[in-house]
Amino acid sequence: MPALHAFANPARFLKIARPLTPVLFWLGVALIAFGAWAGLTQTPPDYLQGESVRIIYLHVPAAWLGMGGWSGIALSSIAFLVWRHPLAAIAARAIAVPGAVFAAICLVTGAIWGRPTWGTYWQWDGRLTSMLLLLFVYLGYMALSRADRERGGAGEIPALYGIAGSVLLPIIRYSVVWWNTLHQGPSIGLTQSTIDRSILWPLPFTLVGFTLLFAAIVLMRMRALLAIAKAEARLRRRAEA
Amino acid sequence: MTAKNQRMALAGAGVLAIAVAAVLALSGLKDQAAFFYAPSDVAGALPPPDKAVRLGGMVADHSIKRAADGVSIAFVVTDGKATTPVSFTGIAPDLFREKSGVVAEGHFNRDGSFTATNLLAKHDEKYMPPEMKGRMHETKTLER
Repeated sequence: MPALHAFANPARFLKIARPLTPVLFWLGVALIAFGAWAGLTQTPPDYLQGESVRIIYLHVPAAWLGMGGWSGIALSSIAFLVWRHPLAAIAARAIAVPGAVFAAICLVTGAIWGRPTWGTYWQWDGRLTSMLLLLFVYLGYMALSRADRERGGAGEIPALYGIAGSVLLPIIRYSVVWWNTLHQGPSIGLTQSTIDRSILWPLPFTLVGFTLLFAAIVLMRMRALLAIAKAEARLRRRAEA
Repeated sequence: MTAKNQRMALAGAGVLAIAVAAVLALSGLKDQAAFFYAPSDVAGALPPPDKAVRLGGMVADHSIKRAADGVSIAFVVTDGKATTPVSFTGIAPDLFREKSGVVAEGHFNRDGSFTATNLLAKHDEKYMPPEMKGRMHETKTLER
């Protein structure tokens, strides 16, 4: 695949990533700001949940990025194992931290919403438990990839872990469909939604906004990781000379 | 087969194995991972009274009866196929209401009724503004 390989060259990657980072970042911030303003002031409350429904504009993007982040780690891990390109391993490492943060935001906002709606912060139901497991899997990935680097590993073990961890993604997605859970079923499908349009419309703005912000953070972290690798290589050469 | 194709085939097999593992986990844990029993789940075999379980379903219409002491309530949980009478003493969540989902924590009694020690409101996936309440949906069942 020559098209993929063209982006896999670190020098060429940096040439694209450097100008792209601020564009993604500020576009994301602008969309989040608009979505937050619209979601807090322009939409009606829900007939049952009242004002607490507004947490959806943060909760759903956080859930999507927590799971989407792991998809990114799994795809980068496959790309690393198959094509052996170090940039793919760096991408997986760069995704781990923001992915874990958004998974945590998803759990915290869910608990805040659950208290007034369900009457409890936390229950060990299928959806909540599998999402908590994903957060732990993120933390395990960060520890494993750090340990692998400290022992001079090439990154195969964290890559295998990254692929294996994706077993949680379909479980989280279908937990509410296949099991009895306290968490409600899916509200948003590809073509339709059980959320009324008047409540739903700001959600795409925050969803795309947080996704662009996430992409900007990943690019920043990739550039930082590349710079660290470059500095370490330079120090090593100097020590050897 | 080049080394790269071999790795690609291995990665494909790995992803397939993970998909199968997910399906097995989801279907294999179907009974164990259930958050609550529905009334029709326990029709044949009632869990013993000393076992703490959860009962989930819809609160049947016109079934909530409040006792004179102000904190005890009785209502009927239904899943469309079977019903279970429930008694509860304590504070019910704001979203607890008739024709809405509920998950009760407690235990079954020998006569098939349920004594709840805690109530959770189960919200469904429908969200709408208050003006639409007139032509409001009614959640008929928790099944999808």
